[in-house]
Parts: sequence; structure tokens; C-alpha cells
Amino acid sequence: MNDLTPTREQREAALEGMGCKRKRVEDIRFTQGKGNYVDDVKLPGMLHGDFVRSPHPHARVKKIDDSEALKVPGVLAVITAETLKTVNLAWMPTLAGDVQMVLADGKVLFQNQEVAFVVATDRYAADDGINKVIVEYEPLPPLVDPFKSMDKDAPVLREDLVGKTSGAHGPRKHDNHIFEWTVGDKELTDAAFNKAEVKIKEMISYHRTHPSPLETCQCVCSFDKIKGELTIYGTFQAPHVIRTVVALIAKLPEQKIHVIAPDIGGGFGNKVGAYPGYICAAVASIVTGKPVKWVEDRIENLTATSFARDYHMTTEIAATRDGKVTGLRVHVLADHGAFDACADPSKWPAGFFNIVTGSYDFPTAHLAVDGVYTNKAPGGVAYRCSFRVTEAAYCIERAMDILAQKLKMDPAELRLKNFIKPEQFPYHSALGWEYDSGDYHTAMRKMMETTGYAALRKEQAEKREAFKRGETREVMGLGISFFTEIVGAGPSKNCDILGIAMFDSCEIRMHPTGAGIARMGTKSQGQGHETTWAQIIATEIGIPADNIMVEEGNTDTAPYGLGTYGSRSTPVAGAAIAMAARKIKAKAQMIAAYRLEVHEDDLEFDIDGFRVKGLPEKFMSMKDICWAAYNSVPPGMEPGLEAVSYYDPPNMTYPFGAYLCVMDIDVDTGVYKVRRFYALDDCGTRINPMIIEGQVHGGLTEAFAIAMGQEIRYDEVGNVVTGSFMDFFMPTAVETPHWETDFTVTPSPHHPIGAKGVGESPNVGGVPAFSNAVNDAFSFLGSTHIQMPHDFWRNWKAAKDLGAVA
Amino acid sequence: MAKTHVTMKVNGAEVEGLVEPRTLLVHFIRENLQMTGTHIGCETTHCGACTVDIDGMSVKSCTMFAVQAQGSDITTVEGMANADGTLSALQEGFRMMHGLQCGFCTPGMIVRAHRLLKENPSPSEPEIRMGISGNICRCTGYQNIVRAIQYAAAKINGVEFQEAAE
Repeated sequence: MNDLTPTREQREAALEGMGCKRKRVEDIRFTQGKGNYVDDVKLPGMLHGDFVRSPHPHARVKKIDDSEALKVPGVLAVITAETLKTVNLAWMPTLAGDVQMVLADGKVLFQNQEVAFVVATDRYAADDGINKVIVEYEPLPPLVDPFKSMDKDAPVLREDLVGKTSGAHGPRKHDNHIFEWTVGDKELTDAAFNKAEVKIKEMISYHRTHPSPLETCQCVCSFDKIKGELTIYGTFQAPHVIRTVVALIAKLPEQKIHVIAPDIGGGFGNKVGAYPGYICAAVASIVTGKPVKWVEDRIENLTATSFARDYHMTTEIAATRDGKVTGLRVHVLADHGAFDACADPSKWPAGFFNIVTGSYDFPTAHLAVDGVYTNKAPGGVAYRCSFRVTEAAYCIERAMDILAQKLKMDPAELRLKNFIKPEQFPYHSALGWEYDSGDYHTAMRKMMETTGYAALRKEQAEKREAFKRGETREVMGLGISFFTEIVGAGPSKNCDILGIAMFDSCEIRMHPTGAGIARMGTKSQGQGHETTWAQIIATEIGIPADNIMVEEGNTDTAPYGLGTYGSRSTPVAGAAIAMAARKIKAKAQMIAAYRLEVHEDDLEFDIDGFRVKGLPEKFMSMKDICWAAYNSVPPGMEPGLEAVSYYDPPNMTYPFGAYLCVMDIDVDTGVYKVRRFYALDDCGTRINPMIIEGQVHGGLTEAFAIAMGQEIRYDEVGNVVTGSFMDFFMPTAVETPHWETDFTVTPSPHHPIGAKGVGESPNVGGVPAFSNAVNDAFSFLGSTHIQMPHDFWRNWKAAKDLGAVA
Repeated sequence: MAKTHVTMKVNGAEVEGLVEPRTLLVHFIRENLQMTGTHIGCETTHCGACTVDIDGMSVKSCTMFAVQAQGSDITTVEGMANADGTLSALQEGFRMMHGLQCGFCTPGMIVRAHRLLKENPSPSEPEIRMGISGNICRCTGYQNIVRAIQYAAAKINGVEFQEAAE
């Protein structure tokens, strides 16, 4: 040892492993405009496709005349349902077990539904073409209100299902009924309500919204007739699943389908499902023999690709007079639009909504969800959440506030009284989940202390008095939310997509010089996987993160994985990385033992190599072991240093958090000011604190948008009235609040590195915090619940309805 | 449709092309010039992913015709790096302060911030927030974008970057 020998700290820092705020490797290309997104893909002879879309929400298609369109210079083909029928692709299976028209087959069921696909030499010619396709419609009565969908005289939407008394998820009660899903003990829950000292009941709606990533959905399909191979570049959050789906429905051999997801400009769940554009571009490429690009515009994205939420939740809590909850009963009416194309695991028709008991120790609960069809866009994606967790968290967090109000208890105290206690983990919830770990009381108390919660309540009480005296026209709200997420789908015993179990994968290959490549089944859409995955490997095997290249999104090279959504990457793929790295490490240990001439058990791993126990100078670095793996392995051992892991998690992970929003609202204008927003997240082991903080900021901004204005709204005859960023609230830097972040660390006991996932937590926890702040602000005027979104007009209306405005 | 000959300067180089009168500037840049850093996000001038700098002004290239840019001097994100190819203060700021996630809005954001700092070399936080209000980001929550621009301003002004107190 001399002065130049790196210290332990220096060796550790050189790795840039877990816990380090490593700067993102992706940014080198993104900041220079050198990303490679789907629209940047240009193939020789490439054509462009564009859709003719229905102006009607519900109409019979009498006739499609493409003769004038085909005369337009540059237009080569017009594809309709009739064309698709010749290749048996007029309808496609959805992820939720329903079927969906690819192009209007006989009738249209929502405004802007795809009716015909025009293929032309460039996008301008394609646009000229769609304007010349003449479609004759016979309008039918639209069904907009989901509460009227099962009325006796409701128009029948899905004529293909008429007479079918059962669907993918059991019996159907009506032609417009999709499924009923019930969970929990009804008898026990009813009994709890019968003897309850206190009860609340409220219809809590979570309005329809949309993920709208800045890059819309798009693809380039190229069919090679000679080889019989189809290559698809696309904005896919789950490239392997897309490959399998294409193989199944197009009857192509799976090895001849190459799916490539290059850089993706945000996904948020929008890019999980399969859309008609993908099918039509593939068919167009087969028909024309040329590559075909389809790029959705913003209006198409907002009006025709998958929406989110649209849950109407009648919620009841039974409790004792001193505030102990004794039962939860929830009935959900779920508006799924024209086709049930929800991106949920197969056996969960309403996703993981049964996490609705939240962070509280409900002795019994019962849940029933009815899914119905309406004349709206199909889908139902997990928009920055794990399969309907946002709805569940909103439901329970609003309901707990309503109960606190009824009991005249502080909402924080009510929560502390009912939290699952640390010693109860692993905790079995009344609706069937096993929570892995949690320390809710510590998180909540830290939030209350850091924000000065007691002082804020005191200030609020004074302001209320001042308001009553007419000295101010501002009301102050404190919005608490405490959420438990359920992420990491999932154990194959629980979760699959179209029968494919939801594991994930990693393959690591170390090269002789001590550099390596990791290939993944996941696909980053901005989460920074290229940076963080290398950090896990760096810590696990002692090779600097800079020496590990991470590659995702190419189904030819990556091991099969289920992709990135539902905050599953770190809980599932993160574990696969650790397990693959440990296989590498185990082989490296054998090589080191051979080279150092000791027994394997005499070696210990020390940051970046193996050391002989008790003989610190006898050390072999991982870099040297990599070299040795290719030239001097123990006799009988295969050369090389690589491993693959397919990780099927034993359970979900359950990150949690405590949020507080402080808001002032001017009753005369409805204008709100978010004075403070504090978010404490516990996502278990933290891989890159910088990236976690960035994910929290982003999730909170989306939560802010949803709670405070963003909505996909339809008028009473089925027109979408929020079809562009003119009408669909997109917060800018001006209105977005400042975020304060904080954390506790409660590792997952079953995850190899204890990490739980965080990307969606701020959206799940953020929406109820904002909504509770608004509701709390108005509660002293006598309201119990005001529906979202809480834009200025609605706030003013609420104040007026409560008599605060003349 | 008859085509028109256009010439302009893009990132310091004279370029030309034949375009239809209706061809949008963003399409001319992306398709004719094969420079794909300028992105299309909304096509209604709301999101700013297509922002380029034209004769000293930030312009949304998705709602301007290529023929309107005849003879102008344009800078896109590809022209934002230092002359020696290293990241400029702004590009470095976005990386150091984690001012981006998916990277799709980033080119427009950087081009806009470039002009903002030319107009106001030491902007306050509210001035930065107002200055980038024509650019939407769906991933970062803006806070780190503001810090990235503050970082760049400090570096350009030759002063030490200091994080504003919470």
C-alpha cells in the first residue's frame, strides 16, 4: 500500500453503483438531438399511412367509396375492413380478453374510430387521400352516460356480442355489460355494516383522462417477401409481447418477426396495448411490398388511443365511534368505452383495484366492479400506475377524509389509528393481497414533523375564523394522502398477459477486457434504465457502471421479457439483473479461486474483486477475472463469463408514501395556489436517488394535472370536446408547483436488492393529496365531497353552491 | 403540387430544397435535411418540441411553412453544441441537473432556453418558468429544467452555480 493505492471509498466511488447519483448516460445523445425515436426511422422506399376516422360516435357504415382517393397523386392503396377480412385481421384480440375492430366493420362505436387506412408516398399525399374517401354513415343513438348503459332501452352497442350471456370474465347481465368482478367476504362485510356505530357512503368518481406522452404512438412496418420476415419499429413498452401477439394473429413464425423499440418519448401506459395503426401498417407493407410508417397525430392520440380511469366508485366505510375502521364496501361502475381493451393481467378484469383497502387494517371488505360499454374510445390503461391502483388509492384516501370529517377527527390521526402496524407485515389484506413490508407510522410522522403539520392546522383554523368574519375571501386546504402501491407484476401465479406469465429477464455478457453488455426484457421510456441497470451490475460484480452497456428494445437480441409498465421494471427486471450478476459472480469466484490457488470458500468478495480471507494482498480484480475467463479457466469449465436470468418474483412489492398539499383557494374566482407540496416516498432500496427524485417530480406533475383540470370529456351526443392541447390541460412550468421530496427506506424482504419501484407512486399518492386539499378547503362550509377535476370554474362553482359566493 | 425552391442557413450551413408551399418547416428540417433532433409533439404550437431559433427568435416549426423561412438563419438543437463538439453550458446543465427523462421535449427546450439566456442572461426562477412556458414536458415536473437553465446561466456568466434554497 502506498499513497497512490485507491482507498476503499475511492474504489467504491469508481464503480458508480447503487445509491450513487450517477448522471444519465442517455443524456449525451438526447441533449444533442441524437436520440433515435420511431419517427426518425427512415427506410428506403418507405410509404406513409393515415386513417379516415369517423365523425360519429355511433353509426352504421353504409358504404365506403375510395375511387376518388385512389386518383390522388401519390395514393397507392386504401385499406378497409373488407381488405383486412381477406387476411383474417378485421378484428383483433384485446389484452382484456375482448375483441376489437381494426377498421370499422359495419358500424362505428366511437368518435374518431378508424374507418379506412390510406397508403401513399408521403404523409401529405396520405392526408390528401383520406379527405377524398367518401364514407356514407347512418347515425345511431349514442350511449354516453355509463349509468344508463344497462337501462332496458339503452342502444345495443356491440352487435357481435348480442345474445352472449358470458364474456371473458364470467356472466354478462346486459348487452352492454362486460363483466362483474367481486372480491371479499360479502356476508361478513354486510354484518360489519349492520352493527357499525358510524358509517359513511359517497359516490367518488375518478374522471376519464389520458396519458398523452409527448411522442404519440407510431410504427414502421417492413415486410420482406423473399425472406418472409416482418420487421416492426414501434413505440412499444412491451416489445416481446407485441412480437408474440403479431405471431399469433398474423400466423407468422415468431422467429421471423423482428420487433424493435428504439428511444421512446414517454409512455405512461399509453404504449402498452396494440392499436389498429400497427395492424394496418403491417398489412399495408405486406400488400405494397414496401415499408410503411404510421404516425399518430395529437388529436388521434387523445381521442382514439387508450384513455385512463373513468371509474365511478360508490364507497362505504363502517367504523367505531372512536375511529377504528371495521368494514369497507365498494361498488365500481367502470366505463370501458367501445371495446374492453384494458391493459390488465388476464385474470384481473379490474386490475389490482382490490388494493382498495389501502394502508389500513380493515378486518373485512367487499368489492364489486361492473364493466360496461359506451360510445367512447376503448382502452383503460394503467396511466402511470399499476393497473387501477390510482383509482383505488383515490377512493380510499377520499373516503378516509370523509370519515374523519364525520367523526370530527383529524385526518392524520384517523390514518395513524388505522394503519397496518409494522409488526403485522407480511400483511394479508381483506381483499386478498400479501403486503411485503412497511412502516407507515414512521413515514406519516416524519411527514407531519417536517411540514409542521400541527402549525398548519392551527393556521387553517385561524383563517377559517377570519373567513367567517369576512376578513378574507381565501380558504385554505390541507390535503393528506397516504398510499400503498402494488407494483412488480408479477408473480406468474397471479399475472399473465394473454397467457404469458409476467416474469422478466436479463442477460449479461462480460467481455475479456472487463467491459460488458446487459440485454433486457424491459424498455425504458424515460426512466433511465441504461444508467440504473448498469449501477446494479456495478455493485453486484464490481465492474464500473461506465463499462456496462445496457441494451433494450430489440427482440432479436434481448431475452424474452414482459416490458416496462406498472412500475414493474425495478421490482422484476431489477431482480433479474441482480440474479444474472450473481451467476456471473459465482463463476468469477471459481475462476479466481483457481488462479489464486485457494478453495472458493477461502475467498471473499471485496468491492471490485475477490480477496483471500486473512491474506489481504492476495486479490484478483473482476477485470482480471474477465480476462482469465477467456484464457485460463479451471480444467473442465467452459470459457466465457455470461449469464441469463428469467426472474419470476415470489410476490408483488408494496412501496408507500405520505404526501401533504397546502392549498389556498380564492372563492370568488376559484383560482387555487399550491403553497406547498411535500412528498415522502418509501420505495425500499434506492438505486439512483437523482433518478428517483426526477421520477417523483414527473409523477407529481401528472397528478397535479389530473386532479386540477385534465379530463377527456364528451358532450351528451358523444363528441370528444378535449381533443387537443388547447382543451386538454397540460401544465407548463408556470402553473406547476414546486415539489419537496423526502424518503424513508423499508426494503422489500423478498427482492434480491430490496428495491420496490417508484415511478408511479407520486401519481398514485399525488391525486388524492390535491383533491383532499380542495375538499378540505371547502369542508368547513358543509361539503363532504366535490368531484374532480378541480379547475378554477369548478372551485368557484363549489363555493357558489356552498353559499360562499353570492 | 408545384414545388418551390427554398434556401436558408441552418446551423451555419447554406441549405436548399424543393418543397410544396404547404410543407411545414419541421418536415423540411426532418425529412429534407434529415436532421431529426427537432421533434413533433402536438402540431398545434402548444408543446414546443419543434422549437427552432429563426433570426434570433424562438419559433414553433410545426406551424410555419418552409417557404416562410426563405433566406432566414436557423439554429436547431444540432447546432447547440460548442464549436469543438463538447456539450454547451445548457446541454451540460440539463445533464447535470437531471433536466430530462425521455428526452423528447429536450431539443425544443434547449433551443428555447438558449434564446431565453441570450435575451436575459441572469433570469430569476419566475422569469425562467415564464420563458419556457411554451414548451411542455411530461416527465420532469420542470423543477430540474429550471435548475438546468440556472446552472447554464451561472456557467455562461462565469459565476459559481448556487442552488436556490428550498
